[in-house]
Amino acid sequence: MKKLLLGNEALAQGAIDAGLSGVYAYPGTPSTEITEYIQKSRIAKALNIHSKWSVNEKTAMESALGMSYAGKRAMVVMKHVGLNVAADVFMNMSISGINGGLVVVVADDPSMHSSQNEQDSRFYGKFAMIPTLEPSNQQEAYDITKYAFDLSEETGLPVLLRMVTRLSHSRSGVEISETQKAQNKVKLPTNSTQFSLIPAYARGLYKNLVAIQPELEKNAENSIYNKLIKGTDKSIGIIASGIAYNYLMENYEDETCPYPILKISQYPLPKKQVKYLFDTCEKILVLEEGYPFIEEMISDFLGEKRNVIGRLSLDVNRVGELNPDSIAKALNLPIEITESKPKVVANRPPELCVGCGHRDLFDAINQLKKEEQSQQVFGDIGCYALGALAPYKSINALIEMGASITMAKGAADAGIHPSIAVIGDSTFTHSGMTGLLNAVIEKTPITVIISDNSAIAMTGAQDSSATGRLISICKGIGVEEDHLKIITPLHKNMEENVDLIRNELNYQGVSVIISQRPCVQLPKEKKDKLKAIKSVSLN
Amino acid sequence: MKTNIILAGVGGQGILTIAAVLDTAAIASNLYLKQSEVHGMSQRGGAVHSHVRISDKEIFSDLIPLGKADMIISVEPMELLRYLPYLKKDGYLVTDSNPFENIADYPELKTVYDEIKSHPNHILIDAKKIAKDLGNSRATNIVLVGAASSKLPLSEDSLLQAIKTLFVRKGERIVNKNIEAFDKGKEIATEFVL
Repeated sequence: MKKLLLGNEALAQGAIDAGLSGVYAYPGTPSTEITEYIQKSRIAKALNIHSKWSVNEKTAMESALGMSYAGKRAMVVMKHVGLNVAADVFMNMSISGINGGLVVVVADDPSMHSSQNEQDSRFYGKFAMIPTLEPSNQQEAYDITKYAFDLSEETGLPVLLRMVTRLSHSRSGVEISETQKAQNKVKLPTNSTQFSLIPAYARGLYKNLVAIQPELEKNAENSIYNKLIKGTDKSIGIIASGIAYNYLMENYEDETCPYPILKISQYPLPKKQVKYLFDTCEKILVLEEGYPFIEEMISDFLGEKRNVIGRLSLDVNRVGELNPDSIAKALNLPIEITESKPKVVANRPPELCVGCGHRDLFDAINQLKKEEQSQQVFGDIGCYALGALAPYKSINALIEMGASITMAKGAADAGIHPSIAVIGDSTFTHSGMTGLLNAVIEKTPITVIISDNSAIAMTGAQDSSATGRLISICKGIGVEEDHLKIITPLHKNMEENVDLIRNELNYQGVSVIISQRPCVQLPKEKKDKLKAIKSVSLN
Repeated sequence: MKTNIILAGVGGQGILTIAAVLDTAAIASNLYLKQSEVHGMSQRGGAVHSHVRISDKEIFSDLIPLGKADMIISVEPMELLRYLPYLKKDGYLVTDSNPFENIADYPELKTVYDEIKSHPNHILIDAKKIAKDLGNSRATNIVLVGAASSKLPLSEDSLLQAIKTLFVRKGERIVNKNIEAFDKGKEIATEFVL
């Protein structure tokens, strides 16, 4: 059966068809649609596949590991920077290994379309010494996901499946199965010490992980997803991994590429095929989306012996994503541009929606800035990050999920006042709560504004774990009731809101102001439901 | 035979409706298709685009190479111009004429129109008004599909069937309004000599 699917959707369907019992995830572009597809799938519902959002990537991955421990197949999904949040469990579950098949899906965002960096998750795969898969097209996203679960159970290891934005968010016809593999039954690990990483056990388990590496390499050498295509012109041998393979082939659509090509979709890097290229070709060109991961591995550090070129040698653009043209350039193929972008075309950066509550909040913050020039605002990750841009320019610093509160604390410790943190409701429960506890313990003079739109708005207004819980969380953490306030960010309340925030900025301890108005993108039914929750939480 | 189409607009204007019509028609016609789209931050009022590639052979790249687009369809006139480096020599331009002015330095509209009109193969129409006059301003994008239809590698039947498939859940009235929008777009386009 052929179905039109996004790369992300093909992957999700592959997981369902592979006998998945649960997906665990926190939304993040470009990974979000994988979990959403499973949430909306009638088949997944009928099969009772778990698909509710997790509070963050770490809780998601640990839950997936728990499901694997119980013998069932689990998948955990996140964007590239989410893997930093989950890195602790990620690194350690490669030591413990898995029981039921466990696939870690990470979608990288080269060119930073919706991210703050373009880190390449393949390094994490190598770091954890686990098999890593990298589909090149939608069909492979489907097929490789099914394969990943089998590979995980065969090797006893979690498997990393790396996607990139352009594959995640591109559609194509995908041949899918009509049936689903039956889910695993609950079956506890046969080795009773496998999941207890006290040093005495962990040392042995780590030795096992090291010992299995040659087998993983053999798997990659024999993988149908790594393909050596013979060529006649041996002046260059090309290694093309993941989506870069497509961009390469695009340049030879009407003819055969004269150079030998090694297509890579499974790691560790298959030594046998790489050696063949080295033995037969004068020069190796490495085409890979992301960092120069393969290139660095196979290059001679001093650059004296082997002739390897790619992104590291700057023969291919070092930063930003690849496209057919960047590869044409590397191969000295012509690019036929007849038109240029006219000068009249102005930039059109993203902006906060008309009517968005974040706008009124930033207006209030900017008014206070006029009164107190020393004011510093530490922002966070979400739609409200756009407050760093014109016309608001309210935010002075913005690094990663949760850093608003903790950076504001450090700055306050250094003597900055007022020190303001602006964090969204979902980002707060994702990784802001622990930082708030830090500040409460030390009674650090900071003002935390939780801009609560009751949604994970930037990724498509998914349900926020914080909805209806913010007051009780803050009280539980120990925020004083007199300094726990709620405002409604509307233009008509401007003066009142500015006065309230000013009062709290003057307080020499932790204040939390919940600036509460539902995301304008939410459908009416959801907004009505939120009104009911709000009145309950206030009583 | 391969046809490359770039769809352009501003986040929230619904260019993916156009993409969905083309995708559905292509798959129903047993053609190969790749269609990339933009999710995430740019969807908040930023410039967005979609690359649609339709072929009778396997398609490799999800992105269209520079200078290889047969057509750019835009729901906003300045956004059309942003992607000109992708246009083939003598490629087609189809756009709605209504500007979306959410930036302070939006250029003078006349200079935008002049740029568009300097291309021999352009269709510049007030699709929004056409849709509104038909009593369904949300069908603007379908007017543009109609206007582009004679240059698409897809039969009119397959496009109309795709519109039916996509709107059937919204009821017969909406389906008919969209078919009218398609027909009107097609009719208006004949006024531009191509």
